[in-house]
Amino acid sequence: MTMTAGYTGKPIRFRETMNPIALSVGCTVALAATILVRAQDPGPIERLQHQLKQLEDDFARQQAEHRRQLEALQQQLEALRHASAQSTGAPPTSAAAAPPALGTASPESARAEPARSPTDPIRLLGNQQNYLHLALDVLATVGGSTANDLDRLQSGGHDPRQRGFTLQGLEVVFDGAVDPYFRAQANLVALLDSSGESRFELEEAYAETTSLPGNFQLKAGQYLTEFGRLNPTHPHTWAFVDQPLVHGRFFGEDGLRNPGARAAWLMPTPFYSELFLSVQNSHGETAHSFRSEAETELRFGRPVTDRGLQSMGDLLFAPRAVTSLDLSDTQTVLLGASAAFGPNPAGADTVTQLYGLDLFWKWKPVTHHGGFPFVSWQTEVLLRRYQAGAFSNAADDLDGSGAIDGGELDQYGDGTVWVLPRETLVDYGYYSQVAYGFRKGWVGAVRGDWLSGERAAYDPDPEREPRWRISPSLTWFPTEFSKLRLQYNYDRRQRLGVDHSIWLQFEFLLGAHAAHKF
Amino acid sequence: MKPKLALFLLALGCGAALHLPARAELNVVATLPDLGALAKEIGQGHIQLTSLARGTEDPHFVDARPSFVRVLNRADVLIEGGAELESGWLPPLLAAARNPRILGQARGRLVASVGLTLFEVPTGPLDRSQGDVHARGNPHYLLDPNNWREVAARVAPLFAELDPANAAAYRANHRAFLDRLATKTADWDQALAPSRGTAVVTYHKSFDYLLERFGFNLVGTIERMPGVEPSPAHINQLVPQAKAAGVRLVLVEPNRPRRTPEQVAQAIGAQLVVLPLMPGGVDRTDTLFGWFDHNVAQLRRALQ
Repeated sequence: MTMTAGYTGKPIRFRETMNPIALSVGCTVALAATILVRAQDPGPIERLQHQLKQLEDDFARQQAEHRRQLEALQQQLEALRHASAQSTGAPPTSAAAAPPALGTASPESARAEPARSPTDPIRLLGNQQNYLHLALDVLATVGGSTANDLDRLQSGGHDPRQRGFTLQGLEVVFDGAVDPYFRAQANLVALLDSSGESRFELEEAYAETTSLPGNFQLKAGQYLTEFGRLNPTHPHTWAFVDQPLVHGRFFGEDGLRNPGARAAWLMPTPFYSELFLSVQNSHGETAHSFRSEAETELRFGRPVTDRGLQSMGDLLFAPRAVTSLDLSDTQTVLLGASAAFGPNPAGADTVTQLYGLDLFWKWKPVTHHGGFPFVSWQTEVLLRRYQAGAFSNAADDLDGSGAIDGGELDQYGDGTVWVLPRETLVDYGYYSQVAYGFRKGWVGAVRGDWLSGERAAYDPDPEREPRWRISPSLTWFPTEFSKLRLQYNYDRRQRLGVDHSIWLQFEFLLGAHAAHKF
Repeated sequence: MKPKLALFLLALGCGAALHLPARAELNVVATLPDLGALAKEIGQGHIQLTSLARGTEDPHFVDARPSFVRVLNRADVLIEGGAELESGWLPPLLAAARNPRILGQARGRLVASVGLTLFEVPTGPLDRSQGDVHARGNPHYLLDPNNWREVAARVAPLFAELDPANAAAYRANHRAFLDRLATKTADWDQALAPSRGTAVVTYHKSFDYLLERFGFNLVGTIERMPGVEPSPAHINQLVPQAKAAGVRLVLVEPNRPRRTPEQVAQAIGAQLVVLPLMPGGVDRTDTLFGWFDHNVAQLRRALQ
């Protein structure tokens, strides 16, 4: 499997030179081998091609330089003529000698060293080959709520969870090309939580391949699982101040993310379609529905017993399929189906299954101005099947009174003797949001959240109670680098009733602005 | 779980093996329709051409539609404008397309702005308080037909190199293109010669190359700064300035809001002219020459 092009300049065509058998036997092996082959053999031809290209570029630059000098001389000549014409009282002869247009740098000034561009990569000291894009993004909110338990009302770690000011996150992003084979990205987040403590999160730090044959891509490191549309994104790209309720319930405070590896394959369909398979660690607070060590000792009424990683099957497996169609010149739709499977600690051999469907539709006229107007609709529906083992605290009822009383150990804190069978807890929920960019920089949006589930033996459980929320918002983007957002939340929780919250969010971004994905 | 995983990988492998190319023509992708139209002049029937953005669109804010990933994945050649024009949408598409023929410094990737003398390259300190200023210079350089010659001089050898079977055809097309360009340029120069020195106002700094080429005089822009929407204070300043300079035309692209430009044109007694920034910007302007004929005709009509 050679990767170098011939002298004929024929384009490199990987698929023609690929061995189908090797691929179908085990693509991972083939992929690894490819990386090695490419890494070891840059090839004299490629080097020569590179040198030739450099020479060509140098030549083009010199040509441009000469042309500029010629033009400058012509201008000087023209200016001298102009001056002599004026001194003799004659009108200027040519409009070409008019002063340069407003704000136009003269051709001579183009010869000077160009200014550093805000989108330029930051060059690390000492080694010109290493490039790094750097960006700093700050999200802050001020507001208030009628709820006294904002920590429970707002389910996201970056949500505003206190009255007054909240620093939702100060995110530093590094990214760049590692070498011809990999690109890498790291997102480090600092925030102040509702008790005023500084927190640091390693949100993402991963490398991915740039050009494996067969349209494959591998990614490895700490990353947000590609489950649905919102989970792999960072809060500053969201259309609302807070995360959807269903994400809080199924993925926890900070989204589903863990160290692991992921393979993706761009399918050879005439339209865009891609398959992902992610294998990650299944423990920690960022694997909320899996082997997460809950803050409380009980999970859905069962004591938490983490059995560790016994076999490969105890890892988290997350497949995803996504496809997109252009419905017309102005409309595009993106559809995805995701799942995640892994063990949970609510029993000796219990597992969790998560399923999700996502849809994103966008309308944007062909005559948009700065990307406006547009209408977009985004929806995700999620279902969780959480197996929980049998458990009872009847043994704590030492006197056999049918209740936990009189100094007996009360694990539940409600005096009840619970007898819980082995069962599967089924929860579901969705969010749906519509955004309307009605003029350049202005977006009005509304989101609906809804959560419910099937009743189980341990009931009521605040972790599983039905609730819903409606959130209208209005956002103003002065530029792509800042935004101001006003949002109102109408929350209704079963047993706890209605709460009203209002938040004003401000974001600014310094440094390289990552281009927008669809 | 393990047999499932093995099955999945097997399916992936089989799928990849079935994915065989069936291409005869050179598959060329242009980010914008002006570059696409230029590639068409050189490639004619020997290339399969796709332009990502539409001629009516704001080229700074094109949606990175997933269908573009598919198109870029199959490209032999990518022609992009450069000078940061596509920096808001092209990089994630390129990363997702994972096509080594057009990645990085690959031979199949042609950045058209390289080697051109661009206007308005900032030389002083630059930051975003000055609006969306392109540090590499004004990227709308194909509005000067002289730059077509420069870009074509790089496109033709590239096509010939990557598709040697049709190299002679590309060379012939290139020569024919240069001949036609010389004739057309003479026509356009003649048509607009009486209008030299006409003072104009534009919405964005989109038409600077056209104005410079035909000796028009840009007095100001309706935008306060590049990419920043006009404010009443700025318009109140612009109108008397434009009046004093005797502005006769207000030029806007088809996709801009019309209300403010119309008000400005009315206030200064100038005529509002809608000029497509790229081929396809209005009907029947799909070819490079057709587009420019249209622009020249519009300007002439407005000034008669």
